[in-house]
Amino acid sequence: MRELICICCPLGCHITVDDSDLNNLKVTGNSCLRGDKYAREEVTCPKRTVTSICKVAGGEIPVVPCKTKDTVEKGLIFDVLKEISKVTLKAPVHIGDVVIKNVLNTGVDVVATKNIDIKR
Amino acid sequence: MLHHRLVIIGGGPAGLAAAHGAYEEGERDILILEREEHLGGILNQCIHNGFGLHTFKEELTGPEYASRFIDLVKKDNIPYKLNTTVIDVNKDKIITAVNQEDGLLLIKADAIILACGCRERPRGAINIAGARCAGIYSAGTAQKLVNIDGLKVGKEVVILGSGDIGLIMARRMTFEGAKVKAVCELMPYSSGLNRNIVQCLNDFDIPLYFSHTVIKINGKDRVESVVVAKVDEKLNPILDTAFEIKCDTLLLSVGLLPENELARTCGVELSRVTNGAIVDESMMTSMDGIFECGNVLHVHDLVDYVSEESTNAGKSAVRYLNKSISSRDQVLEVKTSNGVRYSVPQLIKKDTDYTPIQFKMRVSNVFKNVEVALFVDGEKVAKKIKQIVTPGEMETLLVKEDIVKKIKSGQNVELTLVKRG
Repeated sequence: MRELICICCPLGCHITVDDSDLNNLKVTGNSCLRGDKYAREEVTCPKRTVTSICKVAGGEIPVVPCKTKDTVEKGLIFDVLKEISKVTLKAPVHIGDVVIKNVLNTGVDVVATKNIDIKR
Repeated sequence: MLHHRLVIIGGGPAGLAAAHGAYEEGERDILILEREEHLGGILNQCIHNGFGLHTFKEELTGPEYASRFIDLVKKDNIPYKLNTTVIDVNKDKIITAVNQEDGLLLIKADAIILACGCRERPRGAINIAGARCAGIYSAGTAQKLVNIDGLKVGKEVVILGSGDIGLIMARRMTFEGAKVKAVCELMPYSSGLNRNIVQCLNDFDIPLYFSHTVIKINGKDRVESVVVAKVDEKLNPILDTAFEIKCDTLLLSVGLLPENELARTCGVELSRVTNGAIVDESMMTSMDGIFECGNVLHVHDLVDYVSEESTNAGKSAVRYLNKSISSRDQVLEVKTSNGVRYSVPQLIKKDTDYTPIQFKMRVSNVFKNVEVALFVDGEKVAKKIKQIVTPGEMETLLVKEDIVKKIKSGQNVELTLVKRG
């Protein structure tokens, strides 16, 4: 039995996963399908969206926020952050611009989440 | 003197949604005044995700959520002035503002929406003893320094307060290579969202001390350590339990205060509980034609609710301008009891034509297995069953036309918690 608090949305449902049989997980306490998916993943292979900042050259501010476009394995968070810290983008930057394509072969892109103009 | 039919003070999530709401209702003479260099308000520094699930059915970061509304306002061609600080609003709805381009601005408005947001409670508000050295930040200030200015704030961090900004910053500082040694919370529960405790603290094994507070800050030029102690039921520190934590940074996440200086100076009646205006279901304050929405009205934990409430305020302001809003001659007070601390709106107009009406409220403690219930003259007319309610999460109750009818014909309207089972 694993007690989880769902992180899919701010409701924070208290979910119970019966993991006595890993091939047949029983999820209760969730109020939506996303919660069911989260609970199954959290028990088998926990994943997170990583948000951080990336350096920008010549921009109105020195950094642009970015995120992994999908979730990546929890264990990879700090490796992803390290990859992001190696990049310097050139202004202007637009929301959705790819910061790193297919980061660490996860199949997930890191993208910019803010528009940054050129420094006036 | 300039003249605009509707002036919105604040270009954050509340002001933007109010402006778009007013535009959708048909108003074309709108002006937004924003103190900062960019529209979007505090969302610009909230780079984490989790915004917009209700509004856009997808998970966005703060800047992305803001940009959705900025795009709407730009598409509507609604004018805005940046770097413009409003210094006064008077009873005649004359706004005094300053900026570097125009100098002093006097604007006569027919309706005003106050969407000025919140400020963080500072160290001075909680009286921590000890040194006044460098390394003590409010969590939001640290967030701006890291996420917008690209600066490093500290290496070894203690956070006081488990509000959402504090929790988010615990993870953010960890991502920036800092070691977050502890989060201390005065109360026996967190005022932040559950999901933030899970994904910001538990994920990184950051200890959370409930019923603990910082009683002393040590350091000369820079913070060197803080002394933490457990508190008793009356929230007084138990000195025998004190222990020292070495750190170079203390972040304070000890609450937000609605920024109501403008409302106060022009005579808007404020609530002692929310520190925001007392409003009716149209979001109008005690001053005719002055509306309030977003965090200046009461502190929200979801920006989605801010957008919804502010859209309503924007539409209402237009109805006021077009003289199609019901009169406020007779109002019913929405009373709260038994664990419900406050309700927004606090008042319902007797001849309201608003349906549905959404009540937003906060509770005073953690309660399990309860009904959030609305009583009219002793009869339970609406309820919502909750496994758990906590002070950190705003509760809502949406009532439809038939129940609004009952409210209008009633005398005594009360929001309360009813224990189940």
